[in-house]
Amino acid sequence: MNMISLSAVDLSIAAVLVVVLAILGLKLQLGVTKQLLIAAVRTTVQLLLIGYILKFLFDNVHLGYLAVISVVMLMFAGREVMARQTHPYKGLWGFGMGTLSMFLSTFMVTLLALTVIINNDPWYTPQYAIPLLGMMLGNTMTGIALGLERLTQAAREQQNNIEARLMLGHSGHEAITDIRKQSMRYGMIPIINSMAAAGLVSLPGMMTGQILAGSPPLEAVKYQILIMFLIASGTGFGTVIAVVMGSHRLFDERDRLRLDRLRK
Amino acid sequence: MKCLQVKEIENEWLPKSSLTIKMGECIVISGPSGIGKSLLLRAIADLDVHEGYVGIDNVPYNDIPAVQWRKQVGLLAAESAWWGEMVSDHIENIDSEQLNSLGFTEETLNWSIDRLSTGEKQRLAILRVLTNKPDFLLLDEPTANLDPKSVRKVEKLLLDYCHSNPAGLIWVSHDMEQAKRIADRRYLFEEAGLREEKV
Repeated sequence: MNMISLSAVDLSIAAVLVVVLAILGLKLQLGVTKQLLIAAVRTTVQLLLIGYILKFLFDNVHLGYLAVISVVMLMFAGREVMARQTHPYKGLWGFGMGTLSMFLSTFMVTLLALTVIINNDPWYTPQYAIPLLGMMLGNTMTGIALGLERLTQAAREQQNNIEARLMLGHSGHEAITDIRKQSMRYGMIPIINSMAAAGLVSLPGMMTGQILAGSPPLEAVKYQILIMFLIASGTGFGTVIAVVMGSHRLFDERDRLRLDRLRK
Repeated sequence: MKCLQVKEIENEWLPKSSLTIKMGECIVISGPSGIGKSLLLRAIADLDVHEGYVGIDNVPYNDIPAVQWRKQVGLLAAESAWWGEMVSDHIENIDSEQLNSLGFTEETLNWSIDRLSTGEKQRLAILRVLTNKPDFLLLDEPTANLDPKSVRKVEKLLLDYCHSNPAGLIWVSHDMEQAKRIADRRYLFEEAGLREEKV
């Protein structure tokens, strides 16, 4: 089963659509034309770059290379989590908490999937390891970013409520319980929604790709179900860890609310 | 009688201040607004980071867990905050005598927070902080939003608590008449910090 290879002309036709959209945006004065074009160029360059990197990794299967690329991906995801915060934590915490919770959840879940479920030889075969880790990180990143954003926003908005409870002798842990739960839910809702809607509203991207590449639909579906479960658990665990760490960091050893630990 | 000591407490926003108060005593602090009276109370309740010594009977505050400290040294903020839906989400184990004294009944506990007026919130916040039975009460203009009749009721309730529990009251007030009625001693808060007034 061979897939149809895309030529430069094929891609150009699709690119013309983006250009037409850009012109329309200019006419309507939407102010997004520049962003749209830059994003389109970035997509092309970044994907080509990762294409070459993947090609190199597939040709040179080695655990060391895989470890390096995994850490690089994790760092980018960690930076992205921080960049999405309106009021990130000051100092190393801003980057550290998101990155650590992503590491704990995605790396554990991905390792389990590679060694126990897929069980290829060797288990770190990059064709499986990298796309899997990429999807895990991408989704977990969103969950953690949403959870932490909700946590810090709510803590700022509800400072009076939180401190009213502290004044009455509640611990910081008690005083932020409602917000903490709400933030965890927030981080998990997107993946719950996409599991619920999968197949009905949209065909998930990975499955679409496999089908386009010629896999039998049922094989693609089984992989997609696996991925959904892995992503849901990775995102869920990651969000819980990040929000627990984040809410802990909002209080000091004297149970004072420390909003000064967030950037303005 | 326990004694709350504050020696040279200060932080970024607060000038060095000291005071001492015994249980059963009511002191009034007055001074221009924005000078840091609320911040002083927040620092004593250990809600803000601060330098200097605060302690009860020579036991420094940080030898006592924060949660226990704030139950013992209760702070009533100028504006009350309510996190739950019903009054009963916030007030437990209250005796009906206290409720009645500020014009409420047991039924009040089933009220929704949304329907409370500012004055009702303020009076309920006073009852709420009393349920912890604090040894010292830090009161940030507790009667500022109340009508004259409620002001007298609140004064009576708090002074009764002060004498019967007994408890020390640190009462921030702008009302000179009120200060005369309730104060055992009076402090003035100025740029340089806290100064006891000789009456």
